[in-house]
Formats: sequence, C-alpha cells, structure tokens
Amino acid sequence: MVLVYAESPGGQFKKSAFEAVTYGKKVAGLLGTSCVAVVLGANASGAGELGRYGASRVVQVADAALDHFDSQVYAAVLSAAARELQAGVLILNHTSGGKSIAGRLAVRLQAGLVSGVNGLPVASGTELRVKKSVFSGKAVAEYAIVSPVKILSLTGNAVRPEAMGQPVAVEPLAVPVPAARVSVKSVKTIEGRVPLPEAEVVVSAGRGMKDPANWGIVEDLAAALEATTACSRPVADSEWRPHHEHVGQTGIAIRPNLYIAIGISGAIQHLAGVNNSKVIVVINKDPEAPFFKAADYGVVGDLFDVVPRLTEAVRKFKAAH
Amino acid sequence: MKILVCISQTPDTTAKISFTPDGASFNPAGVQFIMNPYDEWYALVRACEIREAGGGTVVALNVGPAANEVTIRKALAIGADEAVRIDADPSSAAFVAKQVAEYAKAENFDLIFLGKETIDYNGSEVGAMVAEHLDLPYISNASQLHLNGNAATLERDIEGGVEVLEVALPLVLSAAKGMAEQRIPNMRGIMMARSKPLKVVPPVALDEPVKTIGFTLPPAKAGVRLVDPEQMDELVRLLHEEAKVI
Ligand SMILES: Cc1cc2nc3c(=O)[nH]c(=O)nc-3n(C[C@H](O)[C@H](O)[C@H](O)COP(=O)(O)OP(=O)(O)OC[C@H]3O[C@@H](n4cnc5c(N)ncnc54)[C@H](O)[C@@H]3O)c2cc1C
Ligand SMILES: Nc1ncnc2c1ncn2[C@@H]1O[C@H](COP(=O)(O)O)[C@@H](O)[C@H]1O
Repeated sequence: MVLVYAESPGGQFKKSAFEAVTYGKKVAGLLGTSCVAVVLGANASGAGELGRYGASRVVQVADAALDHFDSQVYAAVLSAAARELQAGVLILNHTSGGKSIAGRLAVRLQAGLVSGVNGLPVASGTELRVKKSVFSGKAVAEYAIVSPVKILSLTGNAVRPEAMGQPVAVEPLAVPVPAARVSVKSVKTIEGRVPLPEAEVVVSAGRGMKDPANWGIVEDLAAALEATTACSRPVADSEWRPHHEHVGQTGIAIRPNLYIAIGISGAIQHLAGVNNSKVIVVINKDPEAPFFKAADYGVVGDLFDVVPRLTEAVRKFKAAH
Repeated sequence: MKILVCISQTPDTTAKISFTPDGASFNPAGVQFIMNPYDEWYALVRACEIREAGGGTVVALNVGPAANEVTIRKALAIGADEAVRIDADPSSAAFVAKQVAEYAKAENFDLIFLGKETIDYNGSEVGAMVAEHLDLPYISNASQLHLNGNAATLERDIEGGVEVLEVALPLVLSAAKGMAEQRIPNMRGIMMARSKPLKVVPPVALDEPVKTIGFTLPPAKAGVRLVDPEQMDELVRLLHEEAKVI
C-alpha cells in the first residue's frame, strides 16, 4: 500500500497535499496497490476531499496536540501509522514540513529515502528506481531504493493535481501522540500572493531595475498575470526588495510553469534556483546576457519600455479570455 | 556550550558538472571544491558567534576522504576550535547521518548545526536523520537562533512565512540565510588553523537502503526564441498557444 502524508499547515490543505495524493495514486497504480492518505491534526477539515485526487481511504489522527508542528512528534505518529497500515511506500512533500520529517521517518522505519523527486518511479523486482534533479538542475541522478519500506518526497509543482476519484468518509486512526518539545509561539505570514515555492507564475527582477522606486512596473505585470514576485540576490541584499523574494542557490529554489526574468543577467547561482521552471522568458537589453542561453523566449530591449508593453498585452489577453 | 557543526564539501557552483564515461559517478577532475555555503556562511559563523558571546567549543565535522582536509582547515580558520574527519566516502545521506550521530552520541553537544541543504545532491536529508538517531528536536531552515541559558528561540522559514519557535537545548538545527553574515578567514585565523587539532575517526558500517545507479545530463534547451520588443502581443500569444503557460 502507498501511504501519502497529506500536509495541512494551519489546518488547511493546499496544492502540495493534492499533488502528493495525485502522485501517490499514480505510484499505487504502478505497483498494483491502493493509495491511502493520512492527515494529522484535529482542525484539518475537508480531508475527505482527498478522495477526489485518488486516495481510496483517508485516515485522520485527530489529536489537537498535532495542530502545532514538531517534527519529532509528527515522525513518531506517521511511522506508527505506516506500521499500523503496513505501508510499503510512503510519500511526502519536499516542503519545509516534509524536509523536517522525511529523514526522521527513514531512520525510524529503516527505509530508503529519495527526496525531491519530480517523476514517477519504476518498480524493478523489490526495488524502486527513481530519478531526481541534482547539482542545482545541472544533472539528473537515478537511485534504487532497496529497503522493504521506501520513502519519496515530491518536489513542488512537479505534478499537477488531477481528479481521479470521489470524496470519501474520513476514518479516525488512533496512534499514540508523544509530548511535543518544540513550541510554536507564532506564525508570521507574508500577506498577499501565493508563496513563491507554490507559485505557478513568477515575475522576477534584478539590478537592471536601477532603483527600488521603479518596481511599480514589475508589480503591475505580476498583478496582470496573477503572479508572485521574486528578485535576484543583490536586490534583496541591498534591501530593495524583501529577503523572502530572493531566488537562487542561496535563496529559494522554485519551479513555476512560467518564470519571467527582468533585468537579471542570469548568473549561474541565480539559474540554480530557477532553471527547473517549465518556461523561462528573459527581458534584457544586453543580447549577450547569459540568461538568454537558459531561456525559452527572449526579448532584447529596455525593460522600462518592454515591461509596460507586456503588461498591456497581458491585460488585453486576459480581458478577451 | 559544546557545539557541533557538520560541514560538507561540494563542487563550486560555477563548476562544469561531468560524470565518468559509464555515468556511474561524479567526475571530480578539474573541479574546484568549496565548503557548502549554508554550512560555511550560516551554520559555522553562527556557532562561532555563540561561542564568542558565551564561551565553549565549536567542533567542525566532515565525513569525507583526506582530500577534504583543505575545506576542514578553512572551517578552523573561520573559527572552529577543533575538527573531526570521519574517514569515509560520504556515499549517501543515510551513511553521513549515521556517522555524525555515532560521533555525537558520546559527546553531549548542546547544539548540532547543519546547513539547510548541500548544493550538490540538494537533499535536505541529513539533519532530520541525525536528530532522529539522537532522539533530539530538529528545527530545519532556521534563519534566526537566540539563546537564553538553556532556552532557544528560533525562526524557521516556512512556505509563505516564518514560524517563531521555542525549544530547550540540546537540539539539532539546519541553517538558512539570515542566521549570520559570511566571514572571510583572516591571516591570523589561517595561521592558527594549522595548529588546531584535526582528529580522524574510522566510520561505522551501514547497510545502505538507497543505491546510486548513475547520472545523466538533462536534455538541452531548444534554444531561445527571440520576440521583437515592439510585439508583446505576439509574446503573449506564444505563451498561451505554444508554451501553454498562461
Ligand atoms: C556563492 C554565491 C551564491 C550566490 N547566490 C545567488 C542567488 O541565490 N541568487 C542570485 O540571484 N544571485 C546569487 N549570487 C550572485 C550572482 O552571482 C549574481 O551576482 C547576481 O545574480 C546578479 O544579479 P542581477 O542579475 O540582478 O544583476 P546584474 O548581474 O548586475 O545584472 C543586471 C542585468 O540587467 C540588465 N539591464 C540593465 N539595465 C537594463 C534595462 N534598462 N533594460 C533591460 N535590461 C537591463 C543588464 O544587461 C544585466 O544583464 C551568488 C553569488 C555567489 C558567489
Ligand atoms: N559529508 C558530510 N560531512 C559532514 N556533514 C555533512 C556531509 N554531507 C552533508 N552534511 C551536512 O548535512 C547538511 C544537509 O545535507 P543534505 O541532507 O545532503 O542536503 C549539510 O548542509 C551539512 O551540514
């Protein structure tokens, strides 16, 4: 059986959970088995909806102690659930939560873990072979998980949530919940758009913008596309933009469907965080800018002319569709 | 305060990545290696700051072959007091975590620092594994750490925000941007590093649950399609009809 941990930070299921269940259902199909989703916390409501994405059963450990995240507690509960339900494959998201618990589960269940996968595995005898992107997107590695229990964590935006079933009744699951040692004092959320790791469209700008006061044209384009904004590192370092917008090797790695880079040269450390994007558009006045080599579409021109024109074109398109 | 900092060695980001002809392993020929930036800039520097403020010892640990000693000496030059090298090829996250945990078990560290991920295999796996082996709390992607006696206050980057946490030492944490500012080793540090202790420890065995089959290069991009800067409607049309992303 394939067990999917459907995460619900703050009691909400987000796209990541639907992606993981969709992926779990496909893995279960490959292995000729079923896909079960497990949900942690008392206030995660609407868990039965996970059935739509392919979970044939949804079990919930509805203990209020799980409404706050502590990797140690979550790993203890999830490994107990995996044992109880005799899971052969465990699937998590490669998110901040998943990264904190996947390694713990691997130790507890003596399971092989491959984290950050973006495609389906292949079964080969008792092994599971799976690929992932390594060296910041510069290569692909293939691994064989040889242990009886196998764990995969799925990169965000790698799989599209698909409707493959019906909502199901949520079954309670009783497993011991140890006391937490970490206490969550508060959560500061960034208001506004979809968080960068989850965004499907990202509009990003660099030092070519010259001055933070010029960001209005970037914001306008992002608003027209319903996109999340990002920036290059020097822009965040000089406090032109908030640090949470910094993408690249030392910032956040993202893989949106569309990444629009405005006045960014395309240094290798920047590319390391964005070159897994499905489609890259580069706007730069320098035809020799290295970013054009990594781009799908390019516009050679002055961003102060091109960006407002692109925003206009997008608005026109959105109005017509 | 006894602090352990796990440091790994990775190819420089600008290195050209290639593999042995059979595709089975990474080809290190001609590659410049560096200390993993998260380990160096954030974990190690914050560990040194904490020792400077409250006393104690910072131990830098690497699982790797003798060739890694250049990187280990750099950690000593930046400010670690002593170093340990577990003499083995770091074949997997499970293997590395087992070595770190085995060493740390007997040493009673108050804090165990890692980087949020290595920039080569991009796993973010080792920290959680170490914490589980040692039955300790683990805070991943920590961008702030403040201590008040035995109590730690941390900030952890999560999707779309920051969590503020409290936990008592000992604990394991992985460091992200924000934790500290990069330090460049000075001449005095480099000189002192030469005489600081670097202990070599044999590895413990592990039945590897994951085996590496091999590597390939990703398919090359088709090449950029240039659109006239006056023709932004055309770009939008391409993004809609051809790329199907809007
Ligand atoms: C270890 C390490 C880690 C790093 N990590 C990161 C990281 O995570 N993320 C990151 O982004 N960087 C990172 N960097 C920095 C990186 O090497 C580059 O310095 C940085 O990405 C450059 O930012 P930029 O493209 O905004 O600026 P620049 O390189 O200055 O490029 C500005 C671009 O704007 C164009 N331009 C200027 N004016 C106009 C105009 N009017 N119209 C159109 N185009 C215009 C120019 O042609 C140029 O290509 C790292 C560096 C190191 C050494
Ligand atoms: N060979 C190694 N020796 C010591 N520490 C390591 C080694 N490999 C990884 N680490 C630590 O584990 C962190 C996360 O690595 P990873 O799980 O591979 O992304 C790194 O930032 C280091 O702190």
